[in-house]
Amino acid sequence: MMDAIKSVLRRPEAGSILSLIGVVLFFVLFGGASLGTLVGAASWVNFAANLGIVAIPVGLLMISGELDISIGALIPAGSMTTAILTGYYGLPIGVGIAGALTVGVAVGLVNGLLTIRTSVPSLIITLATLVAMQGVVLSASVLLTGTASVALTAPGWAKFLFGQLIGGSHQVIIIWWIAFAVIIGFVLHKTRYGNWLFAMGGDRVSARNAGIPTDRMTIALFVLSAVSATFVGICQAILFNSAQVSGGMNFIFNAIVSVVVGGVLLTGGFGSVVGIFVGTITFAIVSQGIYFTQIDRNWSNLIIGVMLLVAVLMNQSFRDLALYFRPRGKRSLPREPANP
Amino acid sequence: MNDKPAILELKSVNKSFGPIDVLHDISLRVRAGEVLCLLGDNGAGKSTLIKTLAGVHKPTSGQILMDGQPVTFTGPSDAQGRGIATVHQFGGTFPLMSIGRSFFVGVEPTKGWGPFKIYDRKRANEIAVKAVRDFGITRIDDGDRLVGGLSGGERQSLAIARAVYFGARVLILDEPTAALGVKQASHVLRIVNESKKRGLAVVFITHQVMHAMTVGDHFAVLIRGAIADDFRKGQRSREEITDLMAGGETMAGLEAQVEGYMAEHEGHPPSFQVLEGSAAP
Repeated sequence: MMDAIKSVLRRPEAGSILSLIGVVLFFVLFGGASLGTLVGAASWVNFAANLGIVAIPVGLLMISGELDISIGALIPAGSMTTAILTGYYGLPIGVGIAGALTVGVAVGLVNGLLTIRTSVPSLIITLATLVAMQGVVLSASVLLTGTASVALTAPGWAKFLFGQLIGGSHQVIIIWWIAFAVIIGFVLHKTRYGNWLFAMGGDRVSARNAGIPTDRMTIALFVLSAVSATFVGICQAILFNSAQVSGGMNFIFNAIVSVVVGGVLLTGGFGSVVGIFVGTITFAIVSQGIYFTQIDRNWSNLIIGVMLLVAVLMNQSFRDLALYFRPRGKRSLPREPANP
Repeated sequence: MNDKPAILELKSVNKSFGPIDVLHDISLRVRAGEVLCLLGDNGAGKSTLIKTLAGVHKPTSGQILMDGQPVTFTGPSDAQGRGIATVHQFGGTFPLMSIGRSFFVGVEPTKGWGPFKIYDRKRANEIAVKAVRDFGITRIDDGDRLVGGLSGGERQSLAIARAVYFGARVLILDEPTAALGVKQASHVLRIVNESKKRGLAVVFITHQVMHAMTVGDHFAVLIRGAIADDFRKGQRSREEITDLMAGGETMAGLEAQVEGYMAEHEGHPPSFQVLEGSAAP
């Protein structure tokens, strides 16, 4: 039993699981929230799903040693592209979705190519594309439609796939989020590509010397994160039957906090998809679950700040635990004399 | 021993970066089962020489030969493909990866088929642990341990074992003992010996003369980008080599000065100022 607990503690997601337990306990014990209502509530799950689809690729980029904050502009870019193409020009919804995903691919390629071709940190590059894309989305919207908010109506199948409310409350994007997490989790932890990501985050030059196509991997990751952000935008446009040029900026910090709470090392080389997943849930519960408590909503940011610090400190000590761990008593091979 | 053909040979290699000449007329040869020690102070051109051997830099003029045939490395991976492996000062460079995972970076063993080809953790761990234990590092027994938790010597050993496992014929060790304690350094030296016994050609770069003399068969002293001396085991004493590396008689002179001072001052070593002052002409 103790061994099982200890082996969980050495994993990257240990801090996020403890944070989640801590936050839920805090809400139940001091906020007077009922555990049943909290778990069953749709609000934080919907929030987590939208955030989680962006947080997973942001976490992958962080593991590989990069950062992408342009996602903040790509969520409205995705929903506006869908709404303008489908709602304003009356094209089929399939065209709208394809157009939005193309915008994602294009911006992801720009981010990726600039990152591998220049020595500018990806934080700065994606800050530039973030601001630039905000300008593009606003100008294009005003230029093409004369307004900053466009309505659309999606046909039944699109509504079913991307904008459905399951049981009248849970957005269908929750299923997309879980499926995405399972697939990416498999790729990161079970395939060689995952190993390449960890190696790139550990030491890019050595990874390249070991024959890993670091440039192609970096571009693919930036494309993945940009496409994921536009996907969230598409789902929101179809769900709400309209799109606005604003919004999405909160996602930047929310995603980074979720990923860091989830045990991903900011400098790269360490992390897990389970951690990112749990980190996102924890974040969502703090920011949305607070409505189910008697705690004033305005305190939630304070809780997030404290939680972030505590989680990072925990992650650090668990990482050390993992580093200096040596199994005692257990020997997989017989001992040999030190000097043969 | 001398008549064995050299695996890797440099023939009057020059390297300059723009107007700055870094390597002058370097000629070296490394044979199978032999350790060539490259000695030199900081800034003597050791790293440029290593990078030229490892395919990072192309010589401005001169020739590189492998097994007697002239070769041109297109890049570090080309040199690696031909069996030249470089192990840097801190060995494993992925501190937060497990031993098995870092051992197989880029060439991960997999099992399964199609899109479900998964990384074979068990096999990777077994091979990695066995490879490093074969070099006599028996403290490593769990492939799931993170590389960052190993001692400096163990990391070096892991890196060397990895290079050998993947078919290296020439092992370039860049200051492998520089950051290590006495015991850890002796681990690494033992592994250098073991590599030599297995028939590898080893280029051992160091400025620690004692370590060089423990394992070296052939020595080259590098001063300001040129080979100042080239000799075989037993042809020079430690003092001679140290003096040469430091650029002449300074070391011996300093020692005599300290001894003289101590004799005059009841065994107290001189302060730095005293030495500085008296050293001025």
